[in-house]
Amino acid sequence: MTEHDHTDCRDLLGSLSDYVDGSLGDQLCLEIERHMSECQNCRIVVDTLRKTISLYHQTAAPADVPAGVRERLFRTLNLEDYPG
Amino acid sequence: MTETTNAPISLEALHAGDRHEFTRLVDSHSPAIYRLALKMLGNPQDAEDVLQNTFLKALQHIGGFEGRSSLSTWLYRIAANEALMLMRRQRPEVSISDTVPDDEEPLEAPAQFADWCCLPEEELLSDEARAHLDQAIRHLPEKLRIVFLLRDIEGLSIQETSQALDLSETAVKTRLLRARLRLREILSTYYGKRLKVRSLEND
Repeated sequence: MTEHDHTDCRDLLGSLSDYVDGSLGDQLCLEIERHMSECQNCRIVVDTLRKTISLYHQTAAPADVPAGVRERLFRTLNLEDYPG
Repeated sequence: MTETTNAPISLEALHAGDRHEFTRLVDSHSPAIYRLALKMLGNPQDAEDVLQNTFLKALQHIGGFEGRSSLSTWLYRIAANEALMLMRRQRPEVSISDTVPDDEEPLEAPAQFADWCCLPEEELLSDEARAHLDQAIRHLPEKLRIVFLLRDIEGLSIQETSQALDLSETAVKTRLLRARLRLREILSTYYGKRLKVRSLEND
């Protein structure tokens, strides 16, 4: 199963972002789910797409600005370093 | 210091030139702006330049900011412009022969069908895998990369992303989908290999 250019699969591709974000209408959701129950490749694409997004969400923890970077930023902006 | 740092930033105070309020704005928003710049550009020096230019521009133009979007979307907008300008200066050929397909062109059909969702979390988020996730973002053409970063890393809504990038919501959605599908392909290649290694180890 290396080919993946079935017409149905292609038609659904454009709706996948909305589908995984939960912002797709009920009717289209049903169509996607019906198709996925018959098409293993599409099911894998949807599952791994969802996982891709979730992994990026998990790695998006706020990073502190390194002390030196903050210090130079404050100097550039002529800001005093107010405590707290 | 009696004022709490969690109080909302006052646009009125910023307009009145209150330096303390501007400092609070810098402190509350610089981590997100720095992260965006770092993920967009991939190196700390460039990210620092974008961070500084973003707040310099914010300081210059705060008087003209009327609050039609949130302050944070406004800052992302400045930062995105600064990052894109820096990239174009460094690689002027990018803007001429940009490899991004037009938004109207058909989507690229998926080609990788490894089902790697079942890999254990420690493998999916190992240090090596995290480096790969960051690297994959940098493989995206810049027009797709900035949409993905704002929406899926910074957590802006479709509407906020469209305000920050001055794009229609339809264009944001199309580029977001292209970016996500491309990243899925890159990650599937990587995790697909990990999957094979594991199955060989378990044989």
